Amino acid sequence: MGNLLYNYEEAVALILFSIGFMTLLFHKNLLRKLIGMNIMDSGVYLFLASMGYIYGRRAPIVENGDVSAVHYVNPVPASLVLTGIVVSVSVTAVMLSLAVRLYERYHTLNLDEIYAAARTRREHR
Amino acid sequence: MEFIRNFPFFSVAVFLFSAVICSVLKPKAARIWTVAAETAVLAFSACVLYYTWSTGEFFRYNMGHFDAPWSNQLRAGVLEGVAATGFSLILLLSHIGGMRYVNADIEHKKQSAYCTLLNLIGAALMALAYTNDLFTGYVFLEIMTLSSCGILMIRRAGRTALAATRYMVINLLGSGLFLLGTCLFYGITGHLLMEYIGAGVAKLDATGEYAVPLTVTIGLVCAGLAIKAGLFPFHTWMPDTYGTATPTSSAVLSGIVSKGYIFLLVKIMYRVAGVNTEAMTEARHILYVFGILGIILGSVWAMRSAYLNRMIAFSSAAQIGYIFVGIGLGGTAGFMAALFQLIAHGLTKPLLFLSGARLAESSGDSQYFADLQGAAHRNRAAGAAFTVAALSMVGIPLLAGFPVKLYFAIASVQHGILVDAVTLLTLAVSTLLNALYFIRTAIRIYTPSVRPAEKNESQVVIDKKSDPGLAVAAVGFALAIVSLGVFPGSLSSLITTGLSMFA
Amino acid sequence: MKKPKTQPETAKSSGTAASSIKKWLDFDLDIDSLPVPPPRESAEDDGGDETPLLSRIPKSAPRFVYTALAAICSIVLTATLILTVEGMPRYGEDQDYMDTVTYEYITHGMEYTGAVNIVAGIILEYRAFDTLGESFVLFCAVTCVLVLLRADSADSQPEDVVFRDLSHDAILRRTVRAIVPLVFMFGVYVLLNGHLSPGGGFSGGAVIGAGLVMVSAAYGGDVSGRIVSERVFKIVTTCALSFYCLGKSYTFFTGANGLHSIVGNGTPGDILSAGLILPLNVAVGMVVACTVYGIYRMFDKRSF
Repeated sequence: MGNLLYNYEEAVALILFSIGFMTLLFHKNLLRKLIGMNIMDSGVYLFLASMGYIYGRRAPIVENGDVSAVHYVNPVPASLVLTGIVVSVSVTAVMLSLAVRLYERYHTLNLDEIYAAARTRREHR
Repeated sequence: MEFIRNFPFFSVAVFLFSAVICSVLKPKAARIWTVAAETAVLAFSACVLYYTWSTGEFFRYNMGHFDAPWSNQLRAGVLEGVAATGFSLILLLSHIGGMRYVNADIEHKKQSAYCTLLNLIGAALMALAYTNDLFTGYVFLEIMTLSSCGILMIRRAGRTALAATRYMVINLLGSGLFLLGTCLFYGITGHLLMEYIGAGVAKLDATGEYAVPLTVTIGLVCAGLAIKAGLFPFHTWMPDTYGTATPTSSAVLSGIVSKGYIFLLVKIMYRVAGVNTEAMTEARHILYVFGILGIILGSVWAMRSAYLNRMIAFSSAAQIGYIFVGIGLGGTAGFMAALFQLIAHGLTKPLLFLSGARLAESSGDSQYFADLQGAAHRNRAAGAAFTVAALSMVGIPLLAGFPVKLYFAIASVQHGILVDAVTLLTLAVSTLLNALYFIRTAIRIYTPSVRPAEKNESQVVIDKKSDPGLAVAAVGFALAIVSLGVFPGSLSSLITTGLSMFA
Repeated sequence: MKKPKTQPETAKSSGTAASSIKKWLDFDLDIDSLPVPPPRESAEDDGGDETPLLSRIPKSAPRFVYTALAAICSIVLTATLILTVEGMPRYGEDQDYMDTVTYEYITHGMEYTGAVNIVAGIILEYRAFDTLGESFVLFCAVTCVLVLLRADSADSQPEDVVFRDLSHDAILRRTVRAIVPLVFMFGVYVLLNGHLSPGGGFSGGAVIGAGLVMVSAAYGGDVSGRIVSERVFKIVTTCALSFYCLGKSYTFFTGANGLHSIVGNGTPGDILSAGLILPLNVAVGMVVACTVYGIYRMFDKRSF
């Protein structure tokens, strides 16, 4: 096994990603799908954060004017995570409001039941 | 630096700024403002296209005071110019053409929001066309996903919420994979700018280092974008979505939103992952297979559809398949065919949706084929527009669909007997099926309505409501389709030049 | 899943293949004999959650097929991702690629951007275009939520779920009264020190927004509406985003054209330093606070 034992943190992050992926695929409840999506995103962010970490280095905030690169961890993944988190928060908000609308219309969040209801209502426009 | 080099950035900034402004304007003012912004961006894009074409060189544009690997960057060449011009033209015409339906379908108070969302889609498209940075691509991809979901569900009727949910779930799956792919690219090359990742990937491909991560990364990115673009088997959101949204939204979604994802994918293939690295070649072959399946099955489902928008939607799935077949064939000829199809289909599909909506309206708001019978007599202009678009989809010479099929045939010849046979056979079958369902529809709308049970006299009720916006849009689209069909060489030479300066 | 339709097209497709094709093509022959579909609410299939291809398979099959396919997908994905990790660079070690971009950001970031917090320098100067896009993602989301949830004339149906109204709960009110000033203060601190310490517009704005949400939950929308009414929401969002858009456009324009920017960097470490980063953080923070609060109000009461 090459780097798997060293990269345990990244492995955990990506397993988290696949857990989210499975939640998205297997659950029929819209809220659970949404939670799966969030787990997927968290997995990616954890992956990014662990990619930027270097043993024994500090967070990238300059202290005492010390700007030598060997004292700080990689700041780029941190900035990507910041951007990504905002994106996933926005997506979550939109999906939750869609869920609210669906619930109002069909009185369930189970997508199978929603499809069945939509079928019996025969609405297509 | 010449002033014209700012235009790519201005295209994005104008749309972003007018999105903010539109959110506080009254609906009418927002509409006018949005059309003005779209026109301005169309002018900018045309200038960029002309400039890069006449100088024969691409240029880069640093977003900030820092040079290449440190900051975000835009890049404009002929191909970016073609894409931006095409996207903004289609956006403008779709918006103008569907305006009356937007007014009818959407509550008055929310029409400003609709304009805001259209502006955001425009900004995202421009950013995707010009960006030279993978992560910027991801951010604007999400803007596009959210705002296209917005223009879907803004219409409070039927199952829009359900359609939007399904659209979002599939899209977010795609975004998740794409984001992970982007992060892996950073993890193995340490860059986010496309050229720098590209250099890193070329090095890794040569040395064989990180072989597994590289393959997985390329697979994730391709899969993510193909899912978002609606490649078979991920096209299932299309029928619902296009069937329930207001015609402008359907036109924008089918005409440009899915095309934006594909353009980013082509860009990544050329500039990031390398078209001919081993992993990418495999990925392209897989895309080819799904493209072929999508063409055939999409056409079959389109034939079995019971109402108009559903048929057009499944035909979209088939046409997306064409683009991926072109990408899978590879080489300049294959990509040229794919990109030609991207523009040609983007011009044809909105016309089908808009004129189809008009025909349905004059047939008592029904999309069912039985009710559509004789619709072209009730509204001759819409009937003519629909026929032009339908014939172009079939691939009748002198219309945009014909050169597409020709280019696909040419591209397939270079790939050995098996690929050639499969591609040509698919082309033939799909043309036949297209002809069956589109020409059948065209004949149906021209067949006089004879249903004595309903109408005592067989007089044709002519739909007299005037719709200047739709007329302008239909004339614009039809002109574009015909000119592409008559002079395909101009666009194809632009695309070939663009591809050569793309890498 | 499909019952025989009342639709002419699909109704004709029953029968033998040859005759159905012929019927399909001769649509104009027997139009009278066919049942006329009701104009709008006609028999339409489910819209394709099971695709027509699968429609021939017995009812329980698609579910099983879907589960099996999904399971295979998940297993393959997990295995590939673990393989990927195995091939990735080692965790916690210095990578070669960090010599270029990362090195530059750390060694010259403070000098060029004026921000002590290197991450703030990256997201608001080096990679500012991403961040501009990011705040528009937020704007887009709040527009979508408003479109979806805003109470309007079309929503005549009453809500069938009534959550317990907490706005007269004494414990909640006391607690909120005690901690909300601290929350606001902390939020403003995070917001204003974004270029000096961990934090910045997004995190500070989220803290302030959480404070607003707390006020709204404990005292009802009337009280929090006095701080952020719909009018304030619109004005703040529009002004802050316009400022952000125009300010960054100025930086991009001058930067790309090699012009001198009138915005100086100041002394790194001072509160008034780092060029546009501080005002941009404030702008972003206000947008985020309003957005968080606006979204909460939409979910809670469907209006501001």
